[in-house]
Amino acid sequence: MPDLGHYEMTVLLAWGGTLLALAGLIGQTLWRASEVRRALQAQEARSQSDRATERATERAADRATEQAGGNG
Amino acid sequence: MSALLLRDLRLAVRAGGGFGLSLAFFLILAVLVPFGVGPDRERLALIAPGILWVGALLAALLSLDRLFQLDWEDGSLEALATAPLPMEGAVAMKAAAHWLTTGLPLVALSPVLGVLLNLAPAGYVWLPLSLLAGTPALSMIGAFGAALTVGVKRGGLLLSLLVLPLYVPTLIFGAEAARRGAEGLPALPILLMVAAISLAACAALPFAAAAAIRVSLR
Amino acid sequence: MSLWEYANPKKFMETTGWLLPWLTALTALTLGGGLVWGFFLTPDADRFGSTVKILYVHVPSAFIAINAWVMMLVTSLIWLVRRHHVSVLAARAAAPVGMVMTLIALFTGAVWGEPMWGTWWAWDPRLTAFLILFLFYLGYLALWAAIENPDTAADLTSVLCLVGSVFAFLSRYAVYFWAQGLHQGASLSVDRAQHVADVYAYPLWLTMAGFVFLFLTLVFVRTRTEIRARRLSALVARERKAA
Repeated sequence: MPDLGHYEMTVLLAWGGTLLALAGLIGQTLWRASEVRRALQAQEARSQSDRATERATERAADRATEQAGGNG
Repeated sequence: MSALLLRDLRLAVRAGGGFGLSLAFFLILAVLVPFGVGPDRERLALIAPGILWVGALLAALLSLDRLFQLDWEDGSLEALATAPLPMEGAVAMKAAAHWLTTGLPLVALSPVLGVLLNLAPAGYVWLPLSLLAGTPALSMIGAFGAALTVGVKRGGLLLSLLVLPLYVPTLIFGAEAARRGAEGLPALPILLMVAAISLAACAALPFAAAAAIRVSLR
Repeated sequence: MSLWEYANPKKFMETTGWLLPWLTALTALTLGGGLVWGFFLTPDADRFGSTVKILYVHVPSAFIAINAWVMMLVTSLIWLVRRHHVSVLAARAAAPVGMVMTLIALFTGAVWGEPMWGTWWAWDPRLTAFLILFLFYLGYLALWAAIENPDTAADLTSVLCLVGSVFAFLSRYAVYFWAQGLHQGASLSVDRAQHVADVYAYPLWLTMAGFVFLFLTLVFVRTRTEIRARRLSALVARERKAA
């Protein structure tokens, strides 16, 4: 720590506040980024499985109507 | 266009809320200030122009969130959008109605309140003049703010947050004109500045406000 | 290849995806280097003593505070004219960064002012102008938060940014006029790097670069987050509609 002399408190307060604010800003940015990314991944996975289920159900329904059509 | 103006005027006066309340607020503020800063006449004389300007500004702010609210709620704003009258004109008329029912009465009341705050003799000319020049800006800027927040439920506080920083130049020059006039210094150039702000606001802001309303109506 | 290609969200995500690690490294180097240099390796000044070191946090933050708003103005205009979502999301992303920078500038300015002027706050024209700028940032963010429909919010906040910029500009002159009577010559005019001696100027330039890269990094990260958030709400809305 350099000798800040008479103005030690002033300089430390200014720098300390700045670094705190920057840390908070960077922290919140990164935290929100990962939250949203995780939520999006979860949602996309859900949508994928929903669509897979939809397709599977459609195929089953098609097969059923085919069979029914064949018998009818 | 004049039909719209008359309708808004009638509504404002009948509802009584905006019209009377703003004046009452202005009065109460002028009464409260001496309680806050002490009754010393010299000190009051010093701060009178500024206090009265801030008071007028806040009083004008009070009736702003109702500017478009009633029309928004009952659907007449949508009707206005499809009417042959351009939205810009409608906004300008609403701002004019606000000025006539709030701004102008504040101008008229200001000398009376000046008595309470020991306003210097010259101030009785310059304070109302500066308010006369500046209140149109307050109404028009306020109308813009009201247009931005028209779709927001209970948007009154948000309206204040948006509009008050926009009021700063008007307030600075308006209060300065009143103060210099009260002290006997030349105040005309500053008064003209205030008038210029009002004119520019009334010329340009109806377009921004109309755009905001159209966006909210989508 | 035109700049407009990056207005495409997918292209923006791809490009910033590989750009960000480099940008982060650059930020760490310049910002860390500048701050360390400024704090540990500069001498005390004649008039200011060791408080001259506050230069390195006050000046760059003030610089970013103003330029963040300018960037928001430009991107808001691009949104209003060309309807590129990435543009308006970038504006929204930049606002909190600009606001924090404004706060840092105010805080460091006030702290610096205390030993210099003997008061924690003085209605110095520069500080006052930054206070007003802070209020503009606050209003912009509040409006975004208050409106549900994202495209409506984008339009309204862009209009606010435009009109606000005109008034911010006007306010600057009004405030200088208003503060004339006070503090003649004692304002913190050390923000003009030309008036600063070389031994202080070099670390200052480095720190300024650091803050600029920090701004870019943060805005890119936040814009990517906004794009993802938008996609997320679109997916959720689609799911709700299908149910």
